[in-house]
Amino acid sequence: MTRLIEPGLSEEACQAGSELKALIRKKFGRSLHIRQVDTGSCGACESEIISANNPIYDLQRFGISFVASPRHADALLVTGPVSKNMLIALNETYKAMPEPKFVITVGDCAQDGGLFKGSYYTCGAVKDIVPVALHIPGCPAAPMDIIKALLGFYKRRLS
Amino acid sequence: MDSPEIITGVKTRFPGFAPLSVEQNYPDQVTVKVCPGDFLEACLALHKILPSPVMTLFASDERGDHAKFVINCIFVNLRKSQWVIVSMDIPQENPFFASLAKDMHSAMLFEREVWEMFGIEPKGNPDLRRLRLHDEVWPSGNYPLRKDFKEIRPGGVSDYKFCRVEGEGVFEVPVGPVHAGIIGPGHFRFSVAGEPIINLELRLGFTHRGIEKLFEGKPYPDALRLSECVSGDSCFAHSLAFARAAEKISGTSVPVRAEYIRGIFLELERMYNHVNDIGGIALDVGFSFPSAFASIIKEAILQLNFGLTGSRYLKNVNAVGGISIDIGIDKKKMFLSSLKGIKKDFDELVKILYSSVSFMDRVDSTGALHKKTALDLGAVGLVARASGIPTDLRKYFPGIHKEAKFKMAMQETGDVLSRLRVRVFEFRESCRLIEEFTGKLKSGQDNINNKPGIRGGSALGYTEGWRGPVLYWLETGREGLLKRCKVTDPSFLNWQGLSYAVLGNIIPDFPLCNKSFDLSYPGNDL
Repeated sequence: MTRLIEPGLSEEACQAGSELKALIRKKFGRSLHIRQVDTGSCGACESEIISANNPIYDLQRFGISFVASPRHADALLVTGPVSKNMLIALNETYKAMPEPKFVITVGDCAQDGGLFKGSYYTCGAVKDIVPVALHIPGCPAAPMDIIKALLGFYKRRLS
Repeated sequence: MDSPEIITGVKTRFPGFAPLSVEQNYPDQVTVKVCPGDFLEACLALHKILPSPVMTLFASDERGDHAKFVINCIFVNLRKSQWVIVSMDIPQENPFFASLAKDMHSAMLFEREVWEMFGIEPKGNPDLRRLRLHDEVWPSGNYPLRKDFKEIRPGGVSDYKFCRVEGEGVFEVPVGPVHAGIIGPGHFRFSVAGEPIINLELRLGFTHRGIEKLFEGKPYPDALRLSECVSGDSCFAHSLAFARAAEKISGTSVPVRAEYIRGIFLELERMYNHVNDIGGIALDVGFSFPSAFASIIKEAILQLNFGLTGSRYLKNVNAVGGISIDIGIDKKKMFLSSLKGIKKDFDELVKILYSSVSFMDRVDSTGALHKKTALDLGAVGLVARASGIPTDLRKYFPGIHKEAKFKMAMQETGDVLSRLRVRVFEFRESCRLIEEFTGKLKSGQDNINNKPGIRGGSALGYTEGWRGPVLYWLETGREGLLKRCKVTDPSFLNWQGLSYAVLGNIIPDFPLCNKSFDLSYPGNDL
């Protein structure tokens, strides 16, 4: 295979990730499981979250995995402004998660509706619906930003 | 009259046809104004003679200025590189029109949309269930795209009525809106008898954000940014279609260098999405190595996008009148060498897939969308080409792609393998086009952006994105603010294709069929 990716990037991800892994071990025993819910995103944030799981960044090697059910999740990751149609699904997903649990939002529209603020069909910020512990900004947030934001979050929480 | 040929054609099928007016608005756009009594027959005749599905159909609320609603139905004339718009006025009291959907299925979803958003009833349409304003949360009698809609008036809420399949041994399997993967929300309801799927009903609209209303009142630069957020994996195609409509209205020419750079970005967007889907198809048959390999190639293209524009998804790149970011000599060199590596890796990926017997066995004849069904549904873009329908705006409309002797990908059987082969062909063709376009970037052509003038009017902007044709209908007021913006993403027509393609397949193959279509939730839901 041709060396397509800048070597520095992989190292950067590796360094931040290893630190993150150690913190997750301390806090969660084994690993951090995340359930993702799209409440009206344009899909770019999803694409970046999937990218964070590709072999270049490979979030899973640091103990972070995305799970299929909220029952298995420690954290809920929400993208997009909240469409009226997703309000019930968001609340139900949050309710279905076992305690302790926390919510992460990714992307500018999850923070306050972004470009969709004021629409007749959006419900405003995610934080007004479920408690949000961490927001990762960006339009969309790049994979490296996601890894670094998670690391920063754990550092703050554990210090 | 400017286009007698079309009128003569319509008259062969509809002898009493008497259009109110025929106007060639732009070289690529003809508007035929008809009275409401002629609308149905005129549309059906055009559908047959062109032939073309309903590419888009929408209403505008002009009650404020002209005391009427307007309905436009747009067809494409590929042979003549022209869009044919059939337009009629509808009185504002008790607005209705005769449904086209009974005779032309491709009008079905558009009519449901007109009904829920404007309260204009398509009389005779057998299915008036709402698409996006879900019955459970949106009170009936509220039509948000009417200009006088300000806030929700109380009204009844109810449940959505699914089509039920009943009989001994028939099971219903509901899935979603929240899915197992990292993906948009949608509800799929399968009816199965034993293993095979006998009916799939899709309920979408979960990511509805009211985009068309948000466009209204915005100036071009703000509206362009919004168009980039309609469907995040097609930022560039959407902003390009938007910009082209705005350029037509304002009479702005685009510098030749900007055209080539736009061409390059449009193809880069196609490449990262095609390779992503090829990896997704491999993943959904459990072939994880090529899937991981494909995701590395996608990452390389996203990083290339970033290197060229500062945005992995090509946001903030387009502008009305051209493009805001140039590809200079230094970037050009880096670009071409990256592309070489990407091409080499892609060839290897394809070799791995095509030489795996078990992989080919899974994708061959799975999820077939037959040509007849695709034609009836009005399938467009990549999905249509895989089912044997020759359609690609890049081939049939003049422009840099046509000049570069663009080769259209075609398959016949419409199965997962056909859609895979179309993607493989198009990825390689995109590489060739990019090299060709890059070669056309000569020093001395410094201008990449013309300032758009302020002029009112309406026009259709279009481009062939990676899924298919992306259409933007804009109406702008004299002061340069948008009055109406109708967005048509290819996913809107193609989602129905998926529900036919899976019939007779087993539920475990659904993700595979779904990935081979890879349609946009937000592009559909708006």
